[in-house]
Amino acid sequence: MSPAILLLLALGLGLAGWLAARARAWTFRRSSADGRIASLPNYHAWYVALWVVLPVLAFVALWSAIAPGLVSQSVLASPAAAELPSFGFQRQTILNEARAVATGAAPGVFNPQAAGLVEPFRAALSHYNLIGVVVTLLIAFLGGVWAFLRLKPDFAARSKVERIVMAILLGASLVAILTTLGILASLIFETIRFFGMVSPIDFLFGTHWGPDPMANAANPDSSRYGAVPLFWGTLFIGAIIAMIVAIPLGLMSAIYLTQYADPALRKWIKPALEILAGVPTVVYGYFAALTIAPAIRNIAISLGATNPSSESALAAGLVMGVMIIPFVSSMADDSIAAVPQSMRDGSLAMGATTNETIRRVLVPAALPGIVAGIMLAVSRAIGETMIVVMAASTAANLTANPLESMTTVTVQIVAMLTGEGSFDHPATLSAFALGFVLFMVTLGLNFIALRVVKRYREAYD
Amino acid sequence: MTVVHDNLEKTEAKMSAKAVSVFYGDKKAIDEVSIDIPTQYVTAFIGPSGCGKSTFLRTLNRMNDTIPSARVEGEIELDGRDIYRSGMDVVQLRARVGMVFQKPNPFPKSIYENIAYGPKIHGLAEGKDELDAIVEKSLRRAGLWEEVKDRLQDSGTALSGGQQQRLCIARAIAVDPEVILMDEPCSALDPIATAKIEELIAELNGRYAIVIVTHSMQQAARVSQRTAFFHLGKMVEYGRTSDIFTNPHEQRTQDYITGRYG
Repeated sequence: MSPAILLLLALGLGLAGWLAARARAWTFRRSSADGRIASLPNYHAWYVALWVVLPVLAFVALWSAIAPGLVSQSVLASPAAAELPSFGFQRQTILNEARAVATGAAPGVFNPQAAGLVEPFRAALSHYNLIGVVVTLLIAFLGGVWAFLRLKPDFAARSKVERIVMAILLGASLVAILTTLGILASLIFETIRFFGMVSPIDFLFGTHWGPDPMANAANPDSSRYGAVPLFWGTLFIGAIIAMIVAIPLGLMSAIYLTQYADPALRKWIKPALEILAGVPTVVYGYFAALTIAPAIRNIAISLGATNPSSESALAAGLVMGVMIIPFVSSMADDSIAAVPQSMRDGSLAMGATTNETIRRVLVPAALPGIVAGIMLAVSRAIGETMIVVMAASTAANLTANPLESMTTVTVQIVAMLTGEGSFDHPATLSAFALGFVLFMVTLGLNFIALRVVKRYREAYD
Repeated sequence: MTVVHDNLEKTEAKMSAKAVSVFYGDKKAIDEVSIDIPTQYVTAFIGPSGCGKSTFLRTLNRMNDTIPSARVEGEIELDGRDIYRSGMDVVQLRARVGMVFQKPNPFPKSIYENIAYGPKIHGLAEGKDELDAIVEKSLRRAGLWEEVKDRLQDSGTALSGGQQQRLCIARAIAVDPEVILMDEPCSALDPIATAKIEELIAELNGRYAIVIVTHSMQQAARVSQRTAFFHLGKMVEYGRTSDIFTNPHEQRTQDYITGRYG
């Protein structure tokens, strides 16, 4: 029986508990002298329902994690499993096939060895399914009865329910934090392995990047793992070129939309601008590679450049800048619109023009929000991959010439992970070290953005 | 029909409205108001909420221009020239006719920058020294100098409500206006801060033509020499403050000041 059916069962039991508890609370209410009980009947009902459903949910989560293991264990203990090949890959294939047939996912066996295992699999599955259902019912029943017996006219069901709801909300917010920590932990683990093979000094300060996935893994050439060209490429494309495009355009469009645009026009332009944020980056990549990069190359040639690259940092940066305009403009728009009308009136009543009001009052007052939007845009830009892959190539050049091809940290992460090296080769592991650096930088940027917002938040009133 | 008392001595009108009507879209908010604002007196506009007194006040320095649906008919003259004529520079107008709002609205800048804002945008000061002098003079006139002279670089928003409102008055004074419009300047303040603002209005009286919109009839009686009573978008009665409060000609004025409605 699948977890989904167990869940449905639990919800059904929860509903039963809900109804029973509500009926019971109503009898309290009727029989009490003044028609009052400590909590409304619905809270009694929710209290019991939550005590039925939550323990079951916990059990189902646990059970669906351990049940498959228990099933295979009992199958392996069967006499038919004794003839299985010992090599992991083959063995696993046969087991998977037998399982597929036993659950009805596949029509018949391909491997004759699997045929003998189908029966044990079937037996084990039904055995453990039965256990699962029985335990689920038992837990639901026990939870429900325990909660139900606690109901009394003066039972504080409301505060209990509120506490449970608060715990659920807390759990929801912890998921995101724990996931971040998990990501960080996995990155750190692999990064440490990488730094066991390549010195961090060479990695962080070396200027030549050219890992060879086919080289001897035991004795890597540290001088080929200098990531400075990647850091520079990331910074140059994502934080310099893209921002030169995105900051003025985003800010100006926000100012136009909040201060000058006719409301009818704003109703059209703002969503249109926000659609930009929804365009898949790979589409921007096409645009950069097929339209912008050749155009830049042609312009460079017409200006007399000799042999410019067909893939350039400029093309990637420009398109990336356009991509993040919505991030800058929508944050700036929101924070300018949030400046109270009284500030604007105060300035206009002094005889300031709209332009002076914007430059001297509104933008300074909205600055924290604007800066936060820019920081967000930067961390988005330096994490961007597809545009750079398609328009700026994978050649790690350390140059300030925007017409040269360049590469970024994210592009090299993809290149290294999908490369030909085995998983424990330093070339592959370098992807984790790069990811770790990127993670720390974006984390730092977000942290700074939050601090800036807090520090310079202007109290308008 | 507007009753204008006939015992008003002939004074020079700083501003004068002639049959002014204001529309918000199709709705008429002000209906043919005509009034002379004298140079040397404080004029109070009183009336129940929604009677249009604030709307009318805002037409005097064209702050209604910021509301897209608002439309003004009639003429408003400042020193004999229509401020709604084409070619009128709103920037110049607002430098001459300053405004103080209901809720104190200092900019989120330092006290010094709040005052220096107007002189800077109008280019009134040639150098830092001159600007410093304007800031000090304005703060002194607003009776705020002694309280803030040691912390001119602190944020204007860190002051108390009453101080903020005096800062806003100082800010308006700094561009050396001829008329100061005050839109219920004390409605967000406690009685002590209100008393200080009223004292300040008395001190500024004579130097600037002052128009104050107020909900409080006591305040109108205390600070003004001329009172106009508005009701349902019309100016009902206009005369000396003492006459309006003791001897109103109109029944509606009588009812309002005795607290029958409003």
